Amino acid sequence: MGQKTSLYQKHLDAGAKMVDFAGWDMPINYGSQIEEHNVVRNQAGIFDVSHMTVVDVSGPDAQNFLRYLLSNDVAKLDEIGRALYSGMLNETGGVVDDLIVYRMSFGYRVVVNCATRDKDLEWIRAHSKGFNAKIEEQPQLAILAVHGPEAIQKVCSILDDERAAATAELKNFRGFESRAWFIARTGYTGEKGVELILPNEEAPDVWDKLMEVDVKPVGLGARDTLRLEAGMNLYGHDMDESISPVAANMEQTISWQPQDRDFIGRAAVTTHKAEQLAGNLPILTGLVLEQRGVLREGQKVLCENGEGVITSGSFSPTLKHSIALARIPINSGACQVDIRGALTDVRIVKPNFVRFGKKVFE
Amino acid sequence: MSTYPDNLKYAATHEWVRLEEDGTATVGISNHAQDALGDIVFVELPEVGATIHAKDEVAVVESVKAASDVYSPVSGEIIETNSLLEDAPETVNSVPYDDGWFYKIQISDELELDELMDADAYSDHCEDN
Repeated sequence: MGQKTSLYQKHLDAGAKMVDFAGWDMPINYGSQIEEHNVVRNQAGIFDVSHMTVVDVSGPDAQNFLRYLLSNDVAKLDEIGRALYSGMLNETGGVVDDLIVYRMSFGYRVVVNCATRDKDLEWIRAHSKGFNAKIEEQPQLAILAVHGPEAIQKVCSILDDERAAATAELKNFRGFESRAWFIARTGYTGEKGVELILPNEEAPDVWDKLMEVDVKPVGLGARDTLRLEAGMNLYGHDMDESISPVAANMEQTISWQPQDRDFIGRAAVTTHKAEQLAGNLPILTGLVLEQRGVLREGQKVLCENGEGVITSGSFSPTLKHSIALARIPINSGACQVDIRGALTDVRIVKPNFVRFGKKVFE
Repeated sequence: MSTYPDNLKYAATHEWVRLEEDGTATVGISNHAQDALGDIVFVELPEVGATIHAKDEVAVVESVKAASDVYSPVSGEIIETNSLLEDAPETVNSVPYDDGWFYKIQISDELELDELMDADAYSDHCEDN
């Protein structure tokens, strides 16, 4: 018996198949993960991601602390409500976790992964020593993600006028606070939508209201195929503490300027780019298999320049063939994947497959 | 849909067999199997004409979760495979005992059917595991 979100009973009522996810009882699907995937691409789906970890950072040194803690620079968040995606690196330049940080009225809100909760909290607290900053986890908050072409319109239809107006005009990677709620246009699907961070006790009612306007429940199985199609990394698979962001398609999360901003791991990652160009560090890229078969995590990738491995692989319901993220030697031309003993030709593409429902690679 | 239709025999590895009037048999995977696999995306079927022995790996099912081997519950010669599964593999999930059949086989030894489980025994087997 694991931890339960405030929507546990709602999942059961909706026919969810529950599984253990890092100590939480979560819905893997409600019948067919492929149908749920398609609903997000074509209409609107809702995910309960309340198992993720919300950490609020406040105090006079909040900004200085986060500028030290994170590879991306929160000084870029020039307005309250803006958000960015970042890695949190260790001293050797490996990824401790990936996260989203929002600039709030009180400081910053950091949302990190569920499986890394204890590790991350310990890491954040340990590195906050010497900074006048308060670190407060917010376990009383639920997170509902609603995504798809119809998502924002449907969410607005169940909100009061004030919240609806503010939601309708939200730009990408921005949010607003409203009483105890925070609504932001961030997500993990490659579709337009919002994440609602709200008190646990209000979540079941919001769930019901969204069901009434035909938003469909979507489980973690579909969440994984959606994010893979969108080329988004999954911590613990596409990268971990032993992997550099440079080798995890996360270079854009490193903010090199200003040069005098010291952040944990800066010295190490500075060397990583050069090492990669010299062929000493792999790249994370996309693979597609346009015939029958499914690429899966752990399968060996055989390239001209050496061997690689698939870090995330699955069947893409939108494209109707298999796609994968793989860590392979730089400048590899053709490559093959060992699928249960059979060497299978695959194509290397940029690690981004579907955006707003459309195929985005050649 | 009945979870464990009475007119079928079942293998411990979750395949079912239906003995037809003309002495051939139809083989598929059970509801328990399709449920455990999740959404099925590809089915690799045997060649028509192939000679199969009971417990041989005869087909492969690729689902969103994993690739799974299917073992023939009986011996014989493959006489037909289900072409519907080429374009609509999800049929196995929705109707595993009817349209989701995998192959028809000319069985070489009817006694092998006695070694398989009936619906009650298979139901117990599923509950135990």
